[in-house]
Amino acid sequence: MLDISPAEWTAILLSIRVAVVATLVATPLGIAVAWLLARREFWGKSVADAIIYLPLVLPPVVTGYLLLLTFGRRGLIGAWLADHLGIVFAFRWTGAALACGIMSFPLLVRPIRLSIEAVDRRLEQAASTLGAPPWRVFWTVTLPLALPGVLAGMVLGFAKAIGEFGATITFVSNIPGETQTISSAIYTLTQVPDGDAAALRLVGISIAIAMAALVASEIFARRATKRLHGL
Amino acid sequence: MLRVEAQKQLGEFSLDVAFSTEGRVTGLFGSSGAGKTSLVNIIAGLLQPDRGLVAIGDDVLDDTSRGLHTPPHRRRIGYVFQDARLFPHLDVSQNLDYGRRMNGLTYDRDAQSRVVDLLDIGKLLDRRTGRLSGGERQRIALGRALLAQPRLLLLDEPLGALDADRKAEILPYLVRLRDETGVPMVYVTHDPQELRRLATEVVVLERGHVARFGSPDILSGVTMPTEMQALEARH
Repeated sequence: MLDISPAEWTAILLSIRVAVVATLVATPLGIAVAWLLARREFWGKSVADAIIYLPLVLPPVVTGYLLLLTFGRRGLIGAWLADHLGIVFAFRWTGAALACGIMSFPLLVRPIRLSIEAVDRRLEQAASTLGAPPWRVFWTVTLPLALPGVLAGMVLGFAKAIGEFGATITFVSNIPGETQTISSAIYTLTQVPDGDAAALRLVGISIAIAMAALVASEIFARRATKRLHGL
Repeated sequence: MLRVEAQKQLGEFSLDVAFSTEGRVTGLFGSSGAGKTSLVNIIAGLLQPDRGLVAIGDDVLDDTSRGLHTPPHRRRIGYVFQDARLFPHLDVSQNLDYGRRMNGLTYDRDAQSRVVDLLDIGKLLDRRTGRLSGGERQRIALGRALLAQPRLLLLDEPLGALDADRKAEILPYLVRLRDETGVPMVYVTHDPQELRRLATEVVVLERGHVARFGSPDILSGVTMPTEMQALEARH
């Protein structure tokens, strides 16, 4: 179990990097989207809602292929980003992070949205009568009270991101050291003779990472919930 | 001086009131469903009138004929709710300090300790809000509203959720508040006894209209009618 090869370490560290970056970039966006869905009525809201949840129901290969078409070197957005900003997603670890971020976005948004909906609006009214403009009401009341949901969303999103396979391998392939995450490394190992031992090591490590994330979120959520009840 | 001329349709219920008051404590009296809370929410800016005007002195806060509506956070009108609405994620002193922070006021130790002494909440400052009694919560809510330095304080049945003993505990603080702070108040209740202790002027609301207006004497002989209590019980 402890005999982890350098190639396996590379895949492990890459997976963690991809999932951490995907989660950290997606979280602020997820909070903004969750707030809009929870607190605002606007034209096309149900369509926006459906688009956000689409990666959850589409085959991951389809999402990956659509990403390749839009963010690939010759893709509509990909070409522009590469030419003007020098940002390339195709076949890079950043592309893996993009794929993981999009695939995990619905799971990230949902708990945040539910927890924002559960924030007592009468407390927000009280804050406004005390002189807080809407954006400060959000920062000082709504967001702190929705924190358990934000943490739950981040953990779910992280777990999804670290395990993502279909969209990632379709969009950025399976390049050791660049886009080969734990999942795609396990996949490769199952395709070669004598790969079982290494595959099992990586399986064990995925389980350990997932458990650690769940335990951490449980601890955070418990603390946050206690605060919310004023204890 | 507070001036209100407002109309508001809320489902089946229509509110149509007009009065102006110079009172230090203006009592808003009426049974449940008379429109007291809607009226107070209009004054606070939480509810926009369909038609009408709200002004404090020369400062017009709402004027539908000009399309003017000042949002609650720019009114500097304090609001003490029946259910206190303390922020559960903040401790007592952070709750008290919230309005000062939001209004960008400099920290004033004297003002703080005056309010803390007035309401006897010095021992509670480090506490979380979850284990406070109803009376303590209401005193913190009062202090929080006062420390935002409002020019008008709205109190919507601040004793409504308390039993008789707790009411007797808080009422003297409200009297001190009236006599020592000089912040004009609008005090909502369905208990004529509270208004006889506190109010300098009384507005009687019935089914969304001003039925009577005058000194607290207009409440003489009015006890909390049993039919009113029965009505409340039904709500």
